[in-house]
Formats: sequence, structure tokens, C-alpha cells
Amino acid sequence: MRARSVDLGAAMPETGADVIRFYNDRFSIDEAVMETLLGRALGRGGDFAELFFEHHRQGAIDFKDQQVKSSRASLTQGVGIRVVRGDAIGYAYTEDLSLEAMRKAAETAAQIATGDGSVVPVDVTATSYDADRYALAMPTTMVPLSDKVDMIRLADVAARAYDPRVGRVDVSFADSEKRVLVATSSGTLVADYQPLMRFNVSVLTDDAGERRVARWGGGGRLGMEYFDSQTPESIAEEAARQSVLQQGAQEAPAGTFPVVLAAGDSGILLHEAVGHGLEADFNRKKTSNYSDRVGQSVASELVTVIDDATILNSRGSINIDDEGNAPRKNVLIENGVLAAYMQDQISSRHFGVEPSGNGRRESFKHYPMPRMTNTYMTAGEDSPEDLLRRVEYGIYCKSFSGGQVNITNGDFVFSVTEGYLIENGQITAPIRDVNLIGNGPDAMSKVTGVANDFELSDGRWTCGKDGQSVPVGVGIPTVLISGMTVGGTQVQG
Amino acid sequence: MSEQPVLAIAEQLVERAKAAGATQADAVAMRTTNSDATVRLGELEKLIKATSLGAGVRVIVDGRQAVASTSDISDGALDETVATVMELAGLAQPDEFAGLADPADQVRTPDALGLYDENIETLTMQERIDRALACEQAALDADERITNSDGATFGSRISEVALADTNGFGASYVGTSASLSVEIMAAEEDGRLKNDQWYTAERQLHRMEDPAAIGREAAARALRQLGAAKHETTQVPVVWEPRLVAGFAGILARAANGEEYFQRSTFLADLVGEQVASELFTLTDDPTLPSRLGSRPFDGEGIGTRRNTLFEAGTFRGFLFDTYNARRTAERSTGSATRSISSLPAIGTGNLLVEPGSTPPEEIIASVKDGLYMTTAMGFGINLVTGDFSRGAAGIWIRDGQLAEPVTEINVSGSLPDMLRSIDAVGDDLQWFGGTAVPTIRMSQLTISGS
Repeated sequence: MRARSVDLGAAMPETGADVIRFYNDRFSIDEAVMETLLGRALGRGGDFAELFFEHHRQGAIDFKDQQVKSSRASLTQGVGIRVVRGDAIGYAYTEDLSLEAMRKAAETAAQIATGDGSVVPVDVTATSYDADRYALAMPTTMVPLSDKVDMIRLADVAARAYDPRVGRVDVSFADSEKRVLVATSSGTLVADYQPLMRFNVSVLTDDAGERRVARWGGGGRLGMEYFDSQTPESIAEEAARQSVLQQGAQEAPAGTFPVVLAAGDSGILLHEAVGHGLEADFNRKKTSNYSDRVGQSVASELVTVIDDATILNSRGSINIDDEGNAPRKNVLIENGVLAAYMQDQISSRHFGVEPSGNGRRESFKHYPMPRMTNTYMTAGEDSPEDLLRRVEYGIYCKSFSGGQVNITNGDFVFSVTEGYLIENGQITAPIRDVNLIGNGPDAMSKVTGVANDFELSDGRWTCGKDGQSVPVGVGIPTVLISGMTVGGTQVQG
Repeated sequence: MSEQPVLAIAEQLVERAKAAGATQADAVAMRTTNSDATVRLGELEKLIKATSLGAGVRVIVDGRQAVASTSDISDGALDETVATVMELAGLAQPDEFAGLADPADQVRTPDALGLYDENIETLTMQERIDRALACEQAALDADERITNSDGATFGSRISEVALADTNGFGASYVGTSASLSVEIMAAEEDGRLKNDQWYTAERQLHRMEDPAAIGREAAARALRQLGAAKHETTQVPVVWEPRLVAGFAGILARAANGEEYFQRSTFLADLVGEQVASELFTLTDDPTLPSRLGSRPFDGEGIGTRRNTLFEAGTFRGFLFDTYNARRTAERSTGSATRSISSLPAIGTGNLLVEPGSTPPEEIIASVKDGLYMTTAMGFGINLVTGDFSRGAAGIWIRDGQLAEPVTEINVSGSLPDMLRSIDAVGDDLQWFGGTAVPTIRMSQLTISGS
């Protein structure tokens, strides 16, 4: 890796204190301003108020047809102001960080309450949770754009060299730096600098008119050192390998079969089947199929599920949550028993528990909700080969393009992009794109084997809820589920 | 916040880009005001109100292209944005097809198209709350088995959009939209819940469905799923409820995207002029309809919008193009460029319309001996390159022409070319869902995966 330090106007990664200073220096937003705004926000009553400041720079380079087709840069900045009264919220935001515009937004958010116009004294004090989960060796915002293009070209060349059938290759490199600051009427003032990068390769192969496309990529809250462990070539070759594999794939069977999920990416199943249903807002409203089930068995005894915001450099990790609380490692299901929900501020008050640090939001234009960070199943004791050997006829799933869940009835689907038949304990023919469909607690009760090969997925997943997207991590060891519905086209006998 | 006209902001960005050395440039500016009220179980749950502003500029410098955007529209920030975009353009390779739209195709005096309704702008927050309350209450009152609600939201938005370019184009328009939605839960005897939602979304307030009707429909949809079970794996005819046909039309429009055609990444790539679908199937994209959600007077490059036929009596008529993809495939733009402040023009649709047939939906169902009436689809199992289609589903089983028991946790799969050919009935029940109008359709055979 070449190391050139060229100043592109970007700052070195910052501490929370640096971010607080940034808002002060750039916008004259200091503790007195925050206290004034919070006082205004609570001017008509309300239980608490919070300010969420965001300064977000994003960049992307798109490479197609062996050329840099375009590059993009964007700056979004603003403040979201929330007033909470009971379980109800008033929310307003503005990109205009002048005192006048912010005061107006505070008064708009205050309208959720109905009291008179008295100003409430608020005293905020800067604090820190001493978390440093994304130390960067070489921030992507500090290297010349041409270094990123070099990485892209390496990927393009490697994909094209992989197989003569490789036609279209698209590569993209996206990165961002987000400075967030949260101040609340309970006196909390915390801030965080959140870097994120992602590298993607899409490969189309054409075999006498039969076209197959596959995508691969990764990243996380890290810098160019990402490419020390995952080279651009290895990512490109993986995308090309999957595309070539699809050329020979056969139609998938239809019906209910045993399914073996490969370690790593299959964590997306956990995210859909279990994770969303354990977000406390749905359980506070009793609209989740996991409502009122803490302490009950909701999965096979082999299943322990954790949401952990503290994993170094992972895409879903955070030093502070978007309500200013401290994120942590939360055990959600322990040996099959539901242990706890993921909480935000409102739901933790409802349940009378500590916030679990899962209050997240897409941007200052969005209110926070309980969200996942990095969600995974812990390793078991079987070997992955043993799990396969137990299957006479079934499906082995390795890569996925996404999933979706109905939180209320628990039905979920996820889309397999690399899958194989298992016949007599052996992985055999690759199958074409297919859905798996199931019901959360039912699928989790059918986990009959958990292997010892836990793997965290590379950072490629984005979670959507109520129209808001946030980056997340997923992970899982190889897992055997005794029966799941496979949505193929081939009806057996 | 200063109420500078969005067109003035776009024009300033274009001027600054020209001064900085851009060969060509265009800029988009948008101001959006949102007002949303959510109620749940009869209580106010959320009030959201804000105005947001942003602008973006695309430059082309000797064929090299880049985009930059900012939500800070101070003088200094606009200069910084232009400096950034010029630096980024230096990174790109020259592309002979990159460039602004042909001025001859651009609209000089855009039609207002009835996109704005002042009755939406002047609604008070209390009126929004009252509509949401009436909607949710009608759902809660529909049946004693309706036991819970995820709430009802009345949301509205006023958007001002401006586009300016170095060829002298400069225009803006303002549009309103409002929506009312509700999600409701019905309880099984064992307490487990089944949920569904319903909504209305329009540019004109008077076109919105009655709040109570929305609530009752959501409740009826949740109630009819009570007792749903898995079905065995089989291959049967599938009747698609209009709401799902809207999603199907959207998938086909993505397959008709001219960039995917250039990249040969769509199963339709070699099929222009071919009889791809059943003769019963006609699909058009029409952004020129007055007062519809997908309507706009000009596209993301200033080109006048027009009606484009995608499938006509089953024949695939052609792809949708923006200027760039039209130039590199020797086609003409179809006025289909969409635009955000932070992206290059991309290809998209306005209002998608599946032409209704002459059969009442009841007759379509009545003629099915054993099949699925599909009311819910889930997941992303669509491969536009191969045409493979696999989606999670729920619905009601049809036995001897009657809607019988509800089914859930099943999957419906097929291939898009086969599915298009297998359309053997189209209903006369055209329904609008936002910017999409669709009837019931039936496909003669799809694979159902279940137990």
C-alpha cells in the first residue's frame, strides 16, 4: 500500500471532543446555544428534548466500461430537534444552522406538548464514553482520489482476467465521514466522528447469450487498510466466480427441505427472522410476534443471539448511539430463551430498563428508533462438515442479496444468490437464485446444529425500517435448520 | 430560512460552474416541506414538520463528468461545491456521449399539469390529525377481532424543483402530495396477530379516498388472513390482486431501462418488437397525465415528458432512455431522465398504467378451480438479467371458483418471460396506487412452494 499524505481539506479522524469543537468553530454552536434550544424545545412542557447535529460528507466513484464514469460528492448538514411527551414525539429539522432557524425548529417540535410558553433551564455538560471502535490507519478521506481509482482498476483487471465469459464489470468505491453531536435536556452532550467505506464489484458473464450477474463487496468503519485483508482482486474474483457459477446453475427445487446456512453472510437470516422482532418499539406496542415473551423459549437451545455495537471497525459499530446513549454488547437470546429487547430512549422508559444504546436514525431528518448494530449467533460445537453429513437432500446457502420480514406475524423471506443442492451429505450442483421463506420463531426452533466456525460478514449490509436506512453488521456460524420452504420452480415427483 | 427561489439557486450554481471552466453544466435545486401527523390507538404519536433545501451541480469538462451537492446554500458553500465538482471531473475519463440534452427537445414553457393543490398547503395540523384519527378509528371499529394498530399517518409534502443548464434552460415547478395510511392487526383465537395496511396517495386533496374507507379496507384485509396456514407445494393458476400488479409493473419498467439495454443486463435486451407477453397485456408510462403523482412537466434534463408504450397487446415496444443512454445506443431520449440533487440523470418512470381488460375480477376468480389469489408479496427475489422471479407470498386459496381459506408463508416463483406469456385474464377493475394504475390479472400457472 502506498502511503502518500496529501491534504484534501479533510481532517484526521476526530475524537468526540474534536467534533464538539468543530461545531463550535464552524457554526458557533456551543453549550449555551444548545441549552437555549433545549429550553425552547421544552417550552410547552414535554418530558425531554434532544438535539441531533449532523455534518455528513459522502463521496463515490463509479467505474463502468473500464472507465471512471463519474464521481460524486455531497455535503448534508443540519439539526433534528425532538421533544418527547409520554410515548409521543414532536420532531422538526433544519439545514440552516443559524440560531434563528434552529430556534424556530425547536418551537415547532415543542408543539407536541400543550403547555404555556415558559422557558425551562437546561444544563448540558460534555462527556465521553471512552469508546474508540474505528481507529483508522489510513482514512479514505485522506488519500488522493487517484489511489482509490488504482484500487478500482486492480479489481476491474482481476475480474476480466478471471474468465473469458466476463463481460460487464462495474466497480464502485464509496466513503463517508459523519460528525454527529447529541445534546439532551437531561444534560448529556456527546459527539462522534463516524467513518464508513464500501467497495463493490458487479460482474456479468455472457455464455453464448446466457447472461448471469453477481455482486460482491465489503468495507466497514475503516480506512484504506481494508485492502490489506481484502484485496480489490480477491473481491473482484469472488464476484466473477459467483457469476460463472450461476452459468451452470440448475433450477432450484420447490418445497420444504433441510437447509444449511454457511458461516458469515447467512447472518442476514438472523437479522430478519429474529432481530427486527426484538426491537423494543414493536414490543412496547405489542405488534411483534416476540411481544411479552421475555424469559420464554423462542428458539432451539443451541441458539444464542447477540447484538454488539462494540466490534472494532465493523460496519454496524458505533461509539455513541443517535440519542446520546452508550452502545454496548446486548444478549438478546441466550440458549433459546428470550433475554432482552433492543431499546431506545422511549421504549426503555416504557419498560423501566436502561437504554441499550440501540437508538439509531438515518440522518438529522429522521427520528431515532431501536435498531440493530452488529447482530450475530454465537458459535456452537459441531463441525460444518458434520452438519452437511446429516442432510440427505437439502439446500446449502452461501450468499444473499437481501431479506424482508413481517414483524407482526413473523413471516420472513430472504434471497439466496449462491446456493447448492446437498445430496447424501455432500454439496453438489449450484442452483439458480431462489428465496427461502419461513416464520421467525418456527425457523429458530428448527435449528438442529450450530457449528464452531463463527464468521462476521464483511461490511455490506444496510438495514431499512420505516423508510430509514442504517449500516449494520451480521454474523453466524454454519447452521443446520431441519426444514425451511425453498421457493424454487422444480416440483419434485 | 431565506426564501430564495429554487430556480435562482440552480442558476447561480450553473453560472459558477461556467466561471470555473465547465464546458457544460446543469444544476438541480429542491425545497421540500413535510408535515406528518401519526396517531396510534386514538392518541397523537408523532408530529413532524420541516422544510428542507438542497442543490446539486453536474459539470462536463471536455467529456469528463462529475456531480456534487450541498445542503448548505451559503455563497461559500456553493463555491466549495463547484470547486469539488471540478476536481472530481478531472478524475473521470472523457466520454463522447456525456452532455446536456439537445435544447430543441427541452421544454420552454412547462405545463403546470395540475400538480399543485393549495388545499393541501393550507390544511392545519389539527385537520391532518383528525383525518388520521378517523381512518384508524374506522379500522378499530370494524370488528371486535381488530385488537391493535401500528397507527395511521396523514403526511403531506410541498416540493419545489428547479433545473437550469448552460444551454439556457431554466424552469421550475411546484407540486403537492398527500397520503393517508394505516396498519392494523387482527387477533387469532390464540392471540397471535395478522396485520395489513392500506393507503391513499394523491396530488389533489379531493382525490384522496375517504379516511374511514381506508381504515375499513385495512381492517378487512387483516381479518381475512385470520387462520392462514401454509399450503402444499404445487403448480396452479395465480390471480394477482391489483396492489401486487402495481409492483409487477414496476419490475417490468426496470427491465425496460435503456441503460440495462446498453449493458445487456435485462432479459428484454433482444426482444424489441417481439410478442413477449400475452395479447391481453398493455403497459404504458405516462408522466403527462394531469394531477397524478408520477406526472412532471419536464424530465431531469429539461426534456418534455411524453407517453411511452412499453408493451402493446403483448409486443415489447422499446426501452426508456435518458440523453446519455440514447446517444450511446443511437436512440432518442424518451424524456425519462429522473434526477436527485446528488446524482447523474438516471432512467425512471412517471405513471405506470396497465390497461384494464373487460372481465370483472369476480369472474376471473370464479373461473379458477384450484389456485391462489395473491394479496401479499415479500422480498427481493427478482433477477432482471435472467428473468428469474421468486417472491414470498400470502393470499387466499381459490377452490371451485370461490375464495376459500387464507394461506401464508408460501413462495411464488416463475420466470418473467413465461409469466408474461401466461397472462390469461385482465380485470376491468382499474385501481390507482400513487402513480400506478392497475387491474387484477391472472397467470395460468406458477410454482407455489410450501409444505
